[in-house]
Amino acid sequence: MSFSIIGTGMYVPPRIVTNDELSRFVDTSDEWIRQRVGVERRHVCTDETATDLACKAAVRALENSGCDPKELDIIIAATVSGDMACPSVSCMVQRRIGAECFAFDINAACAAFVFMLETAAGFFERGRARKALLVGAEQMSKIVNWEDRGTCVIFGDGAGAVVLEAGEGYIDSVLTTKGGDEVIKIPHFIGKSPFSTQKPQEPYICMEGQETFKYAVNAMCSDIRRLLEGNGLTLDDIALIVPHQANKRIIDLAAARLRIQADKFYVNIQDYGNTSSASIPIALDELNRSGRLRRGDLIILTAFGGGLSNASCIIKW
Amino acid sequence: MVLEKVRELIAEKINCEPGSITEETKFADLGIDSLDVTELVMSIEDEFNIELEINESMVTVADLIKAVESKTAKG
Repeated sequence: MSFSIIGTGMYVPPRIVTNDELSRFVDTSDEWIRQRVGVERRHVCTDETATDLACKAAVRALENSGCDPKELDIIIAATVSGDMACPSVSCMVQRRIGAECFAFDINAACAAFVFMLETAAGFFERGRARKALLVGAEQMSKIVNWEDRGTCVIFGDGAGAVVLEAGEGYIDSVLTTKGGDEVIKIPHFIGKSPFSTQKPQEPYICMEGQETFKYAVNAMCSDIRRLLEGNGLTLDDIALIVPHQANKRIIDLAAARLRIQADKFYVNIQDYGNTSSASIPIALDELNRSGRLRRGDLIILTAFGGGLSNASCIIKW
Repeated sequence: MVLEKVRELIAEKINCEPGSITEETKFADLGIDSLDVTELVMSIEDEFNIELEINESMVTVADLIKAVESKTAKG
């Protein structure tokens, strides 16, 4: 017993920043960003936080599913850009949508959405949940250094949510961690303890771009191959691959190395930038509402990011 | 020979004469960006079955060859 996805929702803040606008105060250009990352515009928070985005996406997912908040048995959320260390985003979502179930967050950075699905699958398997809400919500604009043109052009803010009910839609998964902070890290504010001898670090995302690229391409290729071989499937059996929207060049190179047509991958990074844990559920909501997926379609979700962790799964839609 | 393989891969990527690429050639002068260099390094890693560290210090073809030779020498 696992789950089926019965509803999706997304929310992005209304303020849009185009590459041209960014180029006015960052030493970059629309052409460079499009060519290097594939982003054309991103949404950024003005007066909203990750919790606000999470609640709005959650409400939309619940409406889409026809599920009342009081029917939920569990809420799981993920963020690396939350307003508070505590209460967690999931707890605040629970409060604001009027749910009564237990709630907790997980941290798996950009791979978090698939980690949340894996976590939820365990609860369904044990019969401890019949309905679940999962939310990935990010205010990346808060944790990028807007003076670092290598990172501030990549990311965007947004939230995506799914409602799950008991079913048989979670076919298989593969999760991997290669722990370390040399490639991607987001330090916390170090505090002002009079006893601490630690050096202060800027609380912004730091990424070794080339190593990140290499890791991401290899992770995506390895996961997809493993899921297909492990389930006796070929790419012809897969309706669509929904990757974490980190960088279009990662998706393009992975497609080339796997010898897949580029249109087998769903790409929307041009409109949202990299929204970390929100990127896959945002994509799922777009696909759901556009009617692009049919019931019974097999799709692969593939995510990778800081940790370093990568996680991919096959879902029956 | 590492130089031959690197020339072949670069030439394929930017559609140029392999002979025009020397050890002193800078990747930046080839009109390829750091992600193209990363892709090139990944192809080299596959070809020689090694793992290389990629960062901004890999500026010339010679830098890449040196990194490969140091990994393959270790066996």
